[in-house]
Amino acid sequence: MADAAREVWITGIGIVSNLGEGPDAHWDALTTGRPQPDTKTFAPYIVHPLAPINFDKQIPKKGDQRQMEAWQRIGTYAAGLALESAGVKGSAELLASMDMIVAAGGGERDFAVDASIMTGIAGAADAGIYLNERLMSGLRPTLFLAQLSNLLAGNVSIVHGVTGSSRTFMGEEAAGYDSLRIALSRITAGQSSIGLVGGGFNAERPDLLMIKEFGGYNLKNEFHPVWQRGAQGGVAIGSLGAFLVIEERGHADARGAKRIARLAAVQSDRSKRRSGDVTASLENLWKKISTRIESGHCAVLSGASGAEPATAEERAFFAQHPDLPVRASGTYVGHADEPSFAMNVALAALALSRGNLYPPFDESGVERPMTGQLRQIVVTGVGHAWGEGMALVEAGS
Amino acid sequence: MPATKDKQNRPVVVITGMGVVTSLGAGKTENWAKLTAGQSGVKAIKRFPTDGLKTKMAGTIDFMGVEPYSTPALSERLATVVADEAITEAGIGTAGDFPGPLFLAVPPIEIEWPQRFEVAAAARGNSEVGYNDLLRASANGQFSAIHHRFQLGSVANSIAEKFGTKGSPISLSTACASGATAIQLGVEAIRRGETGAALCVGTDGSVNPESLIRFSLLSALSTSNEAPEAAAKPFAKNRDGFVMAEGAAAVVLESLDSALARGAKILGVLEGCGEMADAFHRTRSSPDGKPIIGCIRNALGDAGLEPEEIDYINPHGTGTPENDKMECLGVTAVFGERANKIPMSSNKSMIGHTLSAAGTVEAVFTLMTLRSGRIPPTINYNVPDPAIPLDVVPNVARDVAQLRHAVSSSFGFGGQNVSLVIGLEPR
Repeated sequence: MADAAREVWITGIGIVSNLGEGPDAHWDALTTGRPQPDTKTFAPYIVHPLAPINFDKQIPKKGDQRQMEAWQRIGTYAAGLALESAGVKGSAELLASMDMIVAAGGGERDFAVDASIMTGIAGAADAGIYLNERLMSGLRPTLFLAQLSNLLAGNVSIVHGVTGSSRTFMGEEAAGYDSLRIALSRITAGQSSIGLVGGGFNAERPDLLMIKEFGGYNLKNEFHPVWQRGAQGGVAIGSLGAFLVIEERGHADARGAKRIARLAAVQSDRSKRRSGDVTASLENLWKKISTRIESGHCAVLSGASGAEPATAEERAFFAQHPDLPVRASGTYVGHADEPSFAMNVALAALALSRGNLYPPFDESGVERPMTGQLRQIVVTGVGHAWGEGMALVEAGS
Repeated sequence: MPATKDKQNRPVVVITGMGVVTSLGAGKTENWAKLTAGQSGVKAIKRFPTDGLKTKMAGTIDFMGVEPYSTPALSERLATVVADEAITEAGIGTAGDFPGPLFLAVPPIEIEWPQRFEVAAAARGNSEVGYNDLLRASANGQFSAIHHRFQLGSVANSIAEKFGTKGSPISLSTACASGATAIQLGVEAIRRGETGAALCVGTDGSVNPESLIRFSLLSALSTSNEAPEAAAKPFAKNRDGFVMAEGAAAVVLESLDSALARGAKILGVLEGCGEMADAFHRTRSSPDGKPIIGCIRNALGDAGLEPEEIDYINPHGTGTPENDKMECLGVTAVFGERANKIPMSSNKSMIGHTLSAAGTVEAVFTLMTLRSGRIPPTINYNVPDPAIPLDVVPNVARDVAQLRHAVSSSFGFGGQNVSLVIGLEPR
């Protein structure tokens, strides 16, 4: 049964994105206020590409790297950083009791194979037979493993030795907050003591831009901060990896781990997405944590994607809470469906450990300077199509 | 009155409703009749041409009237049918208002070739078609329905909407162990006291050309095309791979307290869950079998049972040379001298490998086995493998006087191992 005394703390952070690798690179970029999106490579679409990374540092075997597509490499790399940050990298016993939940999407296509099939099918005598022949001869046997959703977790097990348990949640943004919610609930209830939660996302792929474009979500032509993307909105997807090590307080203290910030709550829900539903859903999630909030000392790190109407409804929620300073990290790192939430919780923990919020980057009035001392951050996540989530991260006392 | 808390003072979790659909048919009655008669649902694939393919058969479900076919469309239809059967049997909640969360094991959803061709056709004008052309044709909202249909969370979102499950529905994948993980997540939620009930569903309708070819290129599939019904040969010496199949199952899990309070009929007990990840290889088990052994032992420990108390094993039993050998090693290590005396039959010999759904489908069949005292056989067992000296209940169903506790195991690519312990009655 749940034991309210079991506090859960973030003891490890592993982040890579457009801003670089690790807490310092992220903090420097956020405080100097210069987003670096790529407006050319996929023009007219805007993406936040991954900063240059030497994958050898966390994935030493080239053979392992070759078995992965970019999204898995990014995630596996970030997981290694998180384990290192928590001081558990290579600790076989701890890793064998570590419960992993990965929030994952799907893998990348082989663009050359797809293009040749789409080109050739018009001249084929029988489309079905042609497809069979081309797939049988064109697909790399191991590509499947680089595409399978649960194989990011599989690679984290193989490369880093995390074997306590391995689960993968899918479902876009909802996978992000539900993975953290379940991992937190399990530790609080005594079903687990230490967990690894997060994911990896490669935005630099046309097949992903295509499915976003079906829904009309992509940000095009000109870059603007998340809150200034107009009535149509726009999502600039971003390559990033984010993992958190979360741990029961006593477990962390017993091994002398540094407690970075407390993960006090994670809530989620699925509204029906009629007009006003997202605002109401966020308000309901807020009510579940609001009794803990220290007025004047709490800020919001929003996962707003720029998708509409989701972002407008989130803005309406903030309008009901004018005392909360808001920041949207998506302006800097872009939006990554599954791991954005873990990234934002990591950035929240980072801000709390530094004791202050980074400056606003927004001329629409949503982001305002914070005057009080920062002690709590509420992290929001609103799915571009469905699902709403909220976490409360608190500074150590 | 049975205790409503287990030895670890956690709420006892019971099953009050079950639903199933496989290539054998829809519903528990039809499935059970055919399963215990040793019938196979595997047949030659009619959904798409199989010319040029090494494997030409599967346990497809073509009687659900899902047109046009896509993996999410069929997976959603199957999930709907089994959830409806399970909730109706449980008699829980009201229509469209299930009083608990949804845990859904579902195949990873991705755009399929018909959609890609549709967009390519809209991009007409170039002799060569690439992703830049697809992107150009993707705008203007004409394909917005494809966006929603092919989100990874789309099936869960629809099932949550239809049945009114509570909170954010969870779509999950642990590859071929997914269906067992869905049940495990439900058990954990009830034990945490978060909910009195959970709807756990596994569904898979992914027999499409590329999915089949992907498994084929990994040499995982049987190529015994000449006699599809005899292709799945778990534990036999001439086994040559698994047979892809479609299916779904749902269980309504409840705390015993919740079930007793509303006077529900208790079908069985979800006594324990165990898992252990394998860090050895992406598709192969650790040669020492430790993760499989640890997984089964974790499940027994979670259930508070000794190996001696297990009366039946529903194995992963895919019929690949590797799986069946490793599973034999694991079972032998856990159950010792009793290993070859515990009946262990593979449902996959008849229904094929229902992939993301397998863990849920086989949990349902495991409980039906306990309840009936009749063990479905492992069919197509004509050439015993001396390296696997286990009682696989060959070819003919067997009646047993008393079955009380069973283990159902599921293993998947990516080092996924999950075992469930299912019992007949609260202790």
